[in-house]
Amino acid sequence: MTEVNAPYGLLAEVTHRCPLHCVYCSNPLELQAQQDELGTDEWLRVLDEAAALGVAQVHLSGGEPLARSDLEVMVARASQLGLYTNLITSGLGFTAARVQRLVAAGLNSVQLSVQGEDAEATATVAASLAFDKKRQAAELIREAGLPLNMNVVLHRLNLDRLDAIIDLCVEWGAERLELANTQYYGWALRNRQQLLPSRAQVIAAEEVYTRRRDELADRVELMWILPDYHEKFPKPCTGGWAKTGLTVAPDGMVYPCPVASEITSVEFSSVREHDLSWIWWQSPGFNAYRGTDWMPEPCHGCERREVDFGGCRCQAFALTGDAGRTDPVCTYAPDHGLVVAAVEEAERAEEDRESDVASLHYRRPSPRSAL
Amino acid sequence: MNVTELTERPRLASKAMLRHDEVRDAELLLLPERVVRLSDSSAAVLRLCDGARTVGELLGRLREDYPSSDLTDDVLGFLDDARQRGWVVVA
Ligand code: SF4
Ligand code: SF4
Repeated sequence: MTEVNAPYGLLAEVTHRCPLHCVYCSNPLELQAQQDELGTDEWLRVLDEAAALGVAQVHLSGGEPLARSDLEVMVARASQLGLYTNLITSGLGFTAARVQRLVAAGLNSVQLSVQGEDAEATATVAASLAFDKKRQAAELIREAGLPLNMNVVLHRLNLDRLDAIIDLCVEWGAERLELANTQYYGWALRNRQQLLPSRAQVIAAEEVYTRRRDELADRVELMWILPDYHEKFPKPCTGGWAKTGLTVAPDGMVYPCPVASEITSVEFSSVREHDLSWIWWQSPGFNAYRGTDWMPEPCHGCERREVDFGGCRCQAFALTGDAGRTDPVCTYAPDHGLVVAAVEEAERAEEDRESDVASLHYRRPSPRSAL
Repeated sequence: MNVTELTERPRLASKAMLRHDEVRDAELLLLPERVVRLSDSSAAVLRLCDGARTVGELLGRLREDYPSSDLTDDVLGFLDDARQRGWVVVA
């Protein structure tokens, strides 16, 4: 039997409402409407149950969590329960007064996402002129004495400007910067042809990352989330399926990770019908791919099976339609050809970037409509 | 060679939170993006880093609680490490 331990982290996706419309958005293709969102009391119960289960850290995310006016109430409850609270935000909707209320409620840290190093990059990728608001948000966060963590999603259209992106985050006062190469699920998978970088781009960017990491070692912690299509082996999930944390979606459905909602072949449960403890320990969804018993070959007999756990279940499902197959990123995977083909296509498409921008699929009709 | 000096007054970084976890009966250090499980003695040291006490005073307190062993080197080494990781700052 697989040993299961209590989870450390809760990702609370309090809403899918978001003022941005990123082309690499990892939220489900079918966004949930506001009327289906859990109410304040339901979220407070989720926090109580999470703390009792062993959760120590809550990440409030979305959509844009600031779109909920009861966010302060949730932060206050989490803080009473002794939970560390981290807000993951696009920075839109931040005001000095709001930050003060959140800090007073006990907020511990903020992660601010940016799309690129200038207004144009933000407008292309997020289809909204949000750049100045983000700069203000960074200032407000630091003035409030909160640690500022930043996150940038990297892809073919901004990877070459990595140096400038890092400069911007340093200038804004980030303590930690997550350089997250796009993971191809949901919306990003739909835009994969336009977003997937060439091998040369990845190699150059990795050099920039290593150089800047060493340079900034004492000031800013740089984190590099691997561009897995260009790796030999898949990313190691988060220590395996349903191992260290859980995600509650806006409508109360509970998943091992935010992307898992895309796996339609697995039966997941809702906090509206079960408590978190049952969902974590007993539910079929959480037990579907725990441990190594479920693994097919080549994973089951592979020496890396406790290293990468067969890779990402969401990626296996997104690419093959079967969440129980070896992650196609793996060189040994029977479906590896799917990833090879995508990477080769990216090599061919390398020259023509203008056409990429024109053909991106935004989460609404046109980037211009927001202006 | 340690960088931490006996006259310094370390305090826990404001982004860090120290807590006893009842569910696991463990000492946890919580940071924006990670959870660190501490040994009881590391947690005891961090708990004394309040920005008021000097390292010398902190060692004095620890000696009362753990009289049998000389902790000086271990504690200074741990504080160096904790500073480098950004868990502790020196005012
Ligand atoms: S299943 Fe995939 S997306 Fe989900 S946590 Fe694991 S690696 Fe990440
Ligand atoms: S065969 Fe499976 S376990 Fe082995 S490296 Fe590939 S994905 Fe990982």
